[in-house]
Amino acid sequence: MKQTHSFALALALALALATFTALLLGVSSSGLVMAWAKPISYRLPEETAKFKPTANVEVVQNNCTACHSSDYIETQPRAQKSKKEFWQAEVTKMIKVYGAPIEEADIGKIVDYLAANY
Amino acid sequence: MITRRNVLHGTTAVLASGALGASSALGLAANAVTLPFENGERPLVKYPQKRPMIGLTSRPPQLETPFSVFDEGVITPNDAFFVRYHLANIPYDIDPETFFVEVKGKVDKPLKLSLADIKKLPSTEIVAVNQCSGNSRGFMTPRVAGGQLANGAMGNARWKGVPLKTVLDKAGVQANSKQVVFGGMDGPVFDKTPDFAKALDIDHARDGEVMLAYAMNGEDLPVLNGFPLRLIVPGYYGTYWVKHLNEITVIDSVFDGFWMKSAYRIPDNDCNCVEPGTAPKATIPINRFTVRSFITSLQDSAKVKAERQIDLKGIAFDGGKGIKEVAISVDDGKSWMPAKLGKDLGNYSFREWRLPIKLAAGVHSLKSRATSNGGQTQPLEASWNPAGYLRNVVETVHVTAS
Repeated sequence: MKQTHSFALALALALALATFTALLLGVSSSGLVMAWAKPISYRLPEETAKFKPTANVEVVQNNCTACHSSDYIETQPRAQKSKKEFWQAEVTKMIKVYGAPIEEADIGKIVDYLAANY
Repeated sequence: MITRRNVLHGTTAVLASGALGASSALGLAANAVTLPFENGERPLVKYPQKRPMIGLTSRPPQLETPFSVFDEGVITPNDAFFVRYHLANIPYDIDPETFFVEVKGKVDKPLKLSLADIKKLPSTEIVAVNQCSGNSRGFMTPRVAGGQLANGAMGNARWKGVPLKTVLDKAGVQANSKQVVFGGMDGPVFDKTPDFAKALDIDHARDGEVMLAYAMNGEDLPVLNGFPLRLIVPGYYGTYWVKHLNEITVIDSVFDGFWMKSAYRIPDNDCNCVEPGTAPKATIPINRFTVRSFITSLQDSAKVKAERQIDLKGIAFDGGKGIKEVAISVDDGKSWMPAKLGKDLGNYSFREWRLPIKLAAGVHSLKSRATSNGGQTQPLEASWNPAGYLRNVVETVHVTAS
């Protein structure tokens, strides 16, 4: 359950601005804005993992990265009996189980890209 | 479809991290590690409140504890404790002054408890291991899909909080209640993705040990370990230890949410295992830890001095009966010697063990094998299940003495 989402969003924006200002003023930051007095504002380090830039990478980027970073894919075992079967099962799971809104026409492209690259 | 709210949320997170980070390399420590299985290369990453950790995924964040940490002591430091999330919409901005947890459903008096309310209730402490269901999944043969973890998705901490029973009694659980469902502030990016929620049977929830914890090793919970409040389910896999806990719902049925009904299931048979590559006929929700032990003072491929005393050291734990004995073999399992158990911090804690050994020149296979007070012993051969859970085979460390 998410509490006061829009409030959190506004707060995040405000904090982003505040920390940006702090940065301009030359104040370094460990990434955690936490004085004794709460509240806490936590920021993840910037994502560095990237998909391999081969054919259909944009289809994969558009369909997969809203929910997770590319290292979810990168770290899966490579020595599969059938890479295509492995990745077809994963893409099906994302659609059926996790509700990923993937267009029918994109499914084949995604599976082919994943099987070819990972 | 991606909703505007979610797009905005994502953009905000990126903006904010950009502003704070000022460098794309913020998350990368100087080096990387290679876990001992195929495709095991991982970056060492530095997150706020954490020391450099093994980075599994960056969004949602999943961090594995470097194994050397387990040799530092039986308590895992907060800054080295593993991190596991399922869904990327995690709470970045938390105000403990306005935070509250709701107790609702089949109760006489629904409650909204602030953190201050909870801290006013009589507190308890327990030392307990939290272990991810998928800990050690990378060692499954054949390999299975999922988080490819080595042995570092576990940790042992002293948790302080309020027994769940206290809070449930305050709310007045109604007769015929069957389960209690737990939800946290983290949620999915898409509304169609099942929100993370877990359930415990009502008797388990009221056993006095299941706890709402607000402190870990004497400090506030780290954000990525569930600040400001998380569920502690001693002896049970981490999937039940709901982080950022803000919803406790008593129900009069068996909860049928995805994360109980479809995910985190193990084969319903004596070994909770199946022939590799096959599917189980029936499954049950994952529950208590299997018994495990590790050598921590020597890592695989270590080099040691021959014919000199080596103080071998390690840890053992199980699902709550406590450790009865740990046997050590330095000859690849041909013969076994009992180790000396260390201080007993309770049945849910890591138990340290030690044994002085001497090795002749050559290559040796060292093994540790724990037996619980319940009579469970680690198997010599690994079993298999499709999700890659429950690994507890006797582990082997190869060392060269010269």
